[in-house]
Amino acid sequence: MTMPVLETRVRQALFASRRWHPAEIVFWCLAFAAFLLFPRNLLLLNEIAILALFALSLDLILGYAGIVSLGHAAFLGMGAYAAGLLAKHVTADPFAGLLAGMGAAGLLGLVTSPLVLRGTDLTRLMITLGVALILYELANSFSTLTGGADGLQGIMMAPVLGLFDFDIFGRTAYLYSLSVLFLLFLIARRVVHSPFGLSLRAIRDNPLRAAASGVPNDRRLAAVYTLAAAYAGAAGALLAQTTQFVSLDVLDFHRSADLMLVLIIGGAGYLYGGLIGAIAFKLLQDLIASFTPQYWMFWIGLFLVLFVLGGREMIHGAVKAAAARFARLGKGAAR
Amino acid sequence: MSAVLQTFDLSKSFGGITATDHVDFTLAKGARHALIGPNGAGKTTFVNQLTGVLRPSSGRIELMGEDITRLPREARVKRGLARTFQINQLFGTMTPLEMIALVTSERLGRGSHPFRALDRDLELVGQTAEILTRFRIDDIMDRRIATLPYGKQRQIEIAAAFAARPSVLLLDEPAAGVPEAERRDLMQTVAALPDDVSVLLIEHDMDLVFRFATRITVLVNGRVLAEGTPEEMAHDPAVRAAYLGEGAHA
Repeated sequence: MTMPVLETRVRQALFASRRWHPAEIVFWCLAFAAFLLFPRNLLLLNEIAILALFALSLDLILGYAGIVSLGHAAFLGMGAYAAGLLAKHVTADPFAGLLAGMGAAGLLGLVTSPLVLRGTDLTRLMITLGVALILYELANSFSTLTGGADGLQGIMMAPVLGLFDFDIFGRTAYLYSLSVLFLLFLIARRVVHSPFGLSLRAIRDNPLRAAASGVPNDRRLAAVYTLAAAYAGAAGALLAQTTQFVSLDVLDFHRSADLMLVLIIGGAGYLYGGLIGAIAFKLLQDLIASFTPQYWMFWIGLFLVLFVLGGREMIHGAVKAAAARFARLGKGAAR
Repeated sequence: MSAVLQTFDLSKSFGGITATDHVDFTLAKGARHALIGPNGAGKTTFVNQLTGVLRPSSGRIELMGEDITRLPREARVKRGLARTFQINQLFGTMTPLEMIALVTSERLGRGSHPFRALDRDLELVGQTAEILTRFRIDDIMDRRIATLPYGKQRQIEIAAAFAARPSVLLLDEPAAGVPEAERRDLMQTVAALPDDVSVLLIEHDMDLVFRFATRITVLVNGRVLAEGTPEEMAHDPAVRAAYLGEGAHA
């Protein structure tokens, strides 16, 4: 192979990994079309969009950098309280609150990143869990600021862009949350396909070789941990703004644990795992709760056990086969 | 000839065991130098100190006259010291193309850039393509590294180290575990490394050592037992007793 030919092929191969797949475009069209298709379920859709953003955040550190966490709720809660407090005491503008939530959570991520950098998966699980527990108790005891167990009440949001008021049907809420999710997704997509993103995959695959290739592992991990924390903070801010309420529940352990389940269902390390997992998790929860409100946890638990034991490969296999067929159709149409 | 890599009185002990015992070592510019020694002689411990995986108990390491004893691993790579590993350390989920692109991107200082698209970086593309051809892995550049045969993975191990454009390259048993049929390819790769790269080869395979090296250092029990040309080492009675003789029985 001559040099120019090879260079072209190298460029094409590098481009192929970041090219938009037709299925991706369909996915986002459907997400926005859902606003018109399911006008009665916008509150649920809003919850899904927020959970999806939260899961995208975990995917950035777990799927791309190999950092496990059982305390991601710390950042969700930080973002929620920051956005809630800002709305209550300073300004009711949604974007200001969003930025405040991202900033506060990102700062917390940066400060706690040295703790998670070192150590094995097990120590990381314990440390992230510990940080979230500490935050939970802090929010509980500083009740003059956070409202404690009663929650942060009296949050009033101004209209989005000064135009769209939050309504009880969740119309503005869903479009607002989905738009933020989409924007942050675009940024994340760009980041994972950048030289920085490639170096994260290198560290995840083999930290020893990454360092021997000139990658400053600790700095890169701290950077992505901070970024993911800011993303989780954005999810928390959306939650606070669209429900106009923040309770201690945002910092609860079940939030972090559910998030792991979401990524296990959807699969980590390809950006859509968190989104698909969030849809599946919420719909399943909603479906089961509708016919057995008291025992839905039992069915979720049973589903997860079966799913992890064998169903996951079957479902992912079926999805992959469908995607491949779809890709062939797309290529055929392009010719 | 000037020295590119030197150690002064380098020692490392683990508890009561001295793995590196006051080693003064010099790698000359453009050298083809082999470090040999029986199992447990401390060869890998020595290399791990040179590259910053382990911190020496005492002594000093200099690269191009600069003290690098306390520098982190990635800073040594940036200063021109690259290595391969005795056991493959590759990015299993990547393709050879991605792995070489990663090393090249770090060398060009792109690594912390969060938005640039890899394929738009023509300097990166060109230099990646050059490494892929030089090491004859362009035909398999799209396959997942974990699925490639062992001999090919060994080639990628060397290619990835070389992609850092080192002035000093440490090869830790490059032929270890490579089947006979793929060995020739690998030895050609090692022999074809350009002259301006100084190479330190850590090896068990005497055939490869005597074919490749112009200078040999023998390490036994963490100490330098002898150093000289391959001819001198082959006839040195102490070396024969400590190492070559023992190797002949094995």
